Amino acid sequence: MSKAPNMPKSWREETKPHKFCPGCGHGLVLKALGQAIDELGIQDRVVFGCDIGCSLLSFDFFNVDSVQTHHGRTTPVVTGVKRARPDRICIAYMGDGGGYAIGSQHLVNAAARNEKITVILANNCNYGMTGGQMAPTSLPGMKTETTPYGRDPEVTGYPTQGPEMVSAITREGAYVARGTVANVRQLKNYIKKALQNQVEGNGFSFVEALSGCPTNWSTNAKDTWAFIEETMPKYFKVGELKAPAKKEE
Amino acid sequence: MAEKPIQGEKRVFMTGNEVAAWAALAAEADIMYGYPITPQNEIMHYWTRLSPKFDRGFLQTEDEISAGFTTCGGVLSGKRAFTATAGPGNTLMQESMTMAEMMRIPLVCVVQQRGGPSTATVIYSQQEATMTCYGGNGEGFRIVYSTSTHQELYDYVIKGFNTAWTYRFPTFVLGDGYQAKMRESLHIYDPATKGINMVATEPSLGLEGTPGVDRDPQHLRNTYNTEEELYEVVSELVADYEKAAPEIVEYQTFDTDDAEIVIVAHGIVTRAAQAAVKELREEGIKVGHFRPITLRPFPANELKEIASKAKKLIVMESAQGQFDRMVKHAIYGLTTPIEDYFKPGMGITSEEIVEYVKKGM
Repeated sequence: MSKAPNMPKSWREETKPHKFCPGCGHGLVLKALGQAIDELGIQDRVVFGCDIGCSLLSFDFFNVDSVQTHHGRTTPVVTGVKRARPDRICIAYMGDGGGYAIGSQHLVNAAARNEKITVILANNCNYGMTGGQMAPTSLPGMKTETTPYGRDPEVTGYPTQGPEMVSAITREGAYVARGTVANVRQLKNYIKKALQNQVEGNGFSFVEALSGCPTNWSTNAKDTWAFIEETMPKYFKVGELKAPAKKEE
Repeated sequence: MAEKPIQGEKRVFMTGNEVAAWAALAAEADIMYGYPITPQNEIMHYWTRLSPKFDRGFLQTEDEISAGFTTCGGVLSGKRAFTATAGPGNTLMQESMTMAEMMRIPLVCVVQQRGGPSTATVIYSQQEATMTCYGGNGEGFRIVYSTSTHQELYDYVIKGFNTAWTYRFPTFVLGDGYQAKMRESLHIYDPATKGINMVATEPSLGLEGTPGVDRDPQHLRNTYNTEEELYEVVSELVADYEKAAPEIVEYQTFDTDDAEIVIVAHGIVTRAAQAAVKELREEGIKVGHFRPITLRPFPANELKEIASKAKKLIVMESAQGQFDRMVKHAIYGLTTPIEDYFKPGMGITSEEIVEYVKKGM
């Protein structure tokens, strides 16, 4: 009995328990990613990149070659790797701030160029690492450190619909989905399809994962789960938005 | 394998941007990542025309932030990757250059300086000296060659790749709009014919074998948790940089042995200074010229020795004292008077140097 039963093979045991807060959704997203890597048998080919923000705590999470870069810059770093080494399976892992705010130009253009990389984005409706400020994905009325009276859409706009945007600007060959840590099996399947899409060289693949941040939401386990399972999907519809047409058998 | 881009050596008449592209080709650069900004555009134009013939890669990114970071990704993949930029583009690129400093990513970046601050002109300046040497939240762990001729552009782009991969510090070839756009004669060559072997590259990511099974995974980071942890990392950078510096530093002197007046200038201004010294010497005026080729590391000891024997230094640059600060820092403690001749964003001719030197006598 050396390993916990559910630890994916591609996880690095030496760096567990992981560094995320208790109740954080990142562990579940990375579990789904680990399982997807295992099932596809691509561990020896994966290059994993992570952003700044809470996602940087994943830099030593896997038994895969990994690089941590600056806030929002994971997409270009991983793009640079993929362009130089097309035989590698390149994954960019980031939060909603990295993908939809400070690195949004990189996400938009990587999607528009149909870069053959996989972006996985954890959406927890706030900036976690910096202490709970408003994110592009904060919900209307949501209290954050920079919207202490609640997010007013008149002043700060409505939550960014990331997968919808990526879906709108990508062409045939892209894979776009939104999963949730409330349904890890489904999330794993989406991530697996996204990676498979890269393995097949079809095009850009993008999965947003609805995730929780009890530390900054100041929620207990029950309320955290209710927010992820009930409140978030009202704004962020879970499901597949785009998948390449099935190839002729 | 595609044949060599240049067989042997040949004499050509080219713009500096074309020279930079040919030099990168000859240096076996694998891939360029870039974004348009004047006056460096034609480096990309020539690269995109030439590179497919020799199986080299290119990616036009969405901005210079991306160009810098994709270049980092390419280098981490073990490729001889490079980029080029100027002015506000250089500003955007500084973020990635600090990551290259911290993570010892040996990328090469050609900078063709344009006027500043801000958008300014697309023509010429030496106003990116400070930024190229010390930009971002870095500590200047960089190598910066300040070139003055097309021949040097060619030589130092090739050399830059080898310096970068030998010492693993980001390496810049600091040109300017004149050098970029001017057409000039030079010799281009296959480095092998000059006995130059390209330093082998190696990947930091995407290594062979299954991590955790055949080998440990590569876990690269630039973030640290404690002051002590960071201090240790940066101290190692300092030690490595200082150890490498004497092997990297380059400079030139012109008639400095008995010089009473020493003109200190870098980049293309050295050409005017050299011509002025020649002319003034013919009139019996004891003037010399010191020219750092590397601004980082700076040839401080060499300049200090010459400056200590002179009666006066004149620092000349096409910027408002960016180079001057490096000079003064290098010779701190000397009492030799220093005069400044600053023309931010303007070229400096030999005629005006001659006139200035004579007027001050």
